[in-house]
Amino acid sequence: MSNYSPGAARLIWALVLLLIILHQDVWFWESDYLVLGIMPIGLFYHACLSMAAGFVWYLATLYAWPLDDITSAKNGGDQ
Amino acid sequence: MISTVVIACYLTLLLALGLSSNRLFSGSGKDYQLATHSIGPFMLLMSLFGTTMTAFALIGSTGEAWQNGIGVYGKMASSSGIIHSLCFFLLGVRLWRFGKEYGYATQIEFFQDRLASPRIGLLLFPILVSMVIVYILAGVLGAGTVVNVFTSGAFPNLFPGNPASPPSVGAVPTWLGSGIICVVVLLYVFFGGMRGTAWANTFQTLVFMVLGVVTFLVIASNLGDGGIWENMRQASEMVGERWKTRTGTSKTVFLTYMFIPLSVGMFPHLFQHWLTARSAEAFKLPVVAHPIFIMLVWVPCIMLGIWATTEMAHAAVPPLGRLDPEVPDSANKVLPMLVKGLSSPILGGFLAAGVLAAIMSSLDSQFLCLGTMFTNNIVKEYFAQGTMSDKQTVFWTRTFIVLVVLITYLFSLLEPRGVFGLGVWCFSGFSSLFPLVFAALYWPRLTRAGAYASIIAAAGTWLWLFLSAWKTGKPLADYLLEVKVGGTVYDFMPVTLMILVSATVLVVVSLLTKPLPEETVRKFFPKRA
Repeated sequence: MSNYSPGAARLIWALVLLLIILHQDVWFWESDYLVLGIMPIGLFYHACLSMAAGFVWYLATLYAWPLDDITSAKNGGDQ
Repeated sequence: MISTVVIACYLTLLLALGLSSNRLFSGSGKDYQLATHSIGPFMLLMSLFGTTMTAFALIGSTGEAWQNGIGVYGKMASSSGIIHSLCFFLLGVRLWRFGKEYGYATQIEFFQDRLASPRIGLLLFPILVSMVIVYILAGVLGAGTVVNVFTSGAFPNLFPGNPASPPSVGAVPTWLGSGIICVVVLLYVFFGGMRGTAWANTFQTLVFMVLGVVTFLVIASNLGDGGIWENMRQASEMVGERWKTRTGTSKTVFLTYMFIPLSVGMFPHLFQHWLTARSAEAFKLPVVAHPIFIMLVWVPCIMLGIWATTEMAHAAVPPLGRLDPEVPDSANKVLPMLVKGLSSPILGGFLAAGVLAAIMSSLDSQFLCLGTMFTNNIVKEYFAQGTMSDKQTVFWTRTFIVLVVLITYLFSLLEPRGVFGLGVWCFSGFSSLFPLVFAALYWPRLTRAGAYASIIAAAGTWLWLFLSAWKTGKPLADYLLEVKVGGTVYDFMPVTLMILVSATVLVVVSLLTKPLPEETVRKFFPKRA
């Protein structure tokens, strides 16, 4: 069972929208700064965005999960 | 020769794994096509990730970064991390529930039921099948090329090749490489069905993820004379501004590229994987881990790609310096050259296995999905009066899998290299049907006429834009829409217009036509009807 609540679900969808907006990072478009002297900032930023996406989706599974899991199969785990 | 042995061992191991899954096969059609909804979170994650990642994730991403810089990650990887999970979350979980409740095995069965229209299959079937076949052809041709490149010099007496092109000497020819891969995939899909496919996908996804990281570390440590950290720092400092930034990337193209990953919402092979889930809970891990997995595979490849442009890499691997970005297919040689130049033949063999794993983990699902669609949506629907025994279902699915493999392999012998340019068009076509699946799940007012009109509008817009691209005579993948606003011209991906048209037509025609019967709507929207 998830902790679904309409308010939390709205917040999650706002965060997903924010991710999509943050994806258009015009602010790092022409920066050639190297993070730790190795990774271009534009790539580092988008790698962080992937991590942030994972976190937002984790929150979504906790607070905005669309189904109560009442239909679990009886036959065990991964096969 | 060592690389060839490693590849052969990998394929044998994969075959053994896929075939051993047959021991759990219950003999029912549902088990063969959907593994009886028994797949748990970890295998679902691996299956979905392996199916959505192709050879492009390893070789193509490195080549694209070598050619155009880091922009490819934002365009194709981080956008997919957000949008793919969104599709799993919004579409996958609901479709799984309806599939389990009403017994669907294919997308067409869902749409037939949702729209109370058995004939919608006649419209959707050719569109979905033709787009999947293009996707498969690209995989089969790519697999042949990988086997050819990594077996170079292994069989000089058997395959003399063209002495004017030294890499071809002793290499397994592409037609044979494609054939070997087709046979391996065919065998484990044929005997293992969906369970064999899920097992093989899990194994293969682990292989290409681990090997991607290992390859990165080995190459980084051999790129210069210092330690790994120092080598990485030196190489990054030498990378030109063009590759470290996105100065060469259009901001509007970057923005509208985000519509392309919506294609996963309508991939028929992904739909079938969604239905294999043991429970709705099983989706949680894939939804969360998918963006992180994408990052783990893509970031090392992008870094290798931009380092390959530097003098440091050219000194370490001289052939890299002679690669011409203007020559077709050069980009796909960057990663194999780095591996051959900076690692051992054993790692070269393992990397080839990793790339083949990425290709095969998509091919297997596509073969099985087409076999299932032909069986359920054509034979069962039109030649068996809607009923089939388990034995007949398994027989026909296997028969069609063999035919699909055979036909696509024969097509691949014609060397239709143009299919690689069709990749983005194929994905755009699937994306243009996203409004249909979204409305089918979330908009009770969707009507039959609205759905038909949307599909026809999507197909018509796709065809019109494709012909426009064809007429330019330039590479199909480079075609962009241009919109002039206040004297400035903005570029957009063609998929933008396709989605806009199909969504608008869907909404307008649905609102203008008679709603579906209440009992049909209530089946999918019990509280709202």
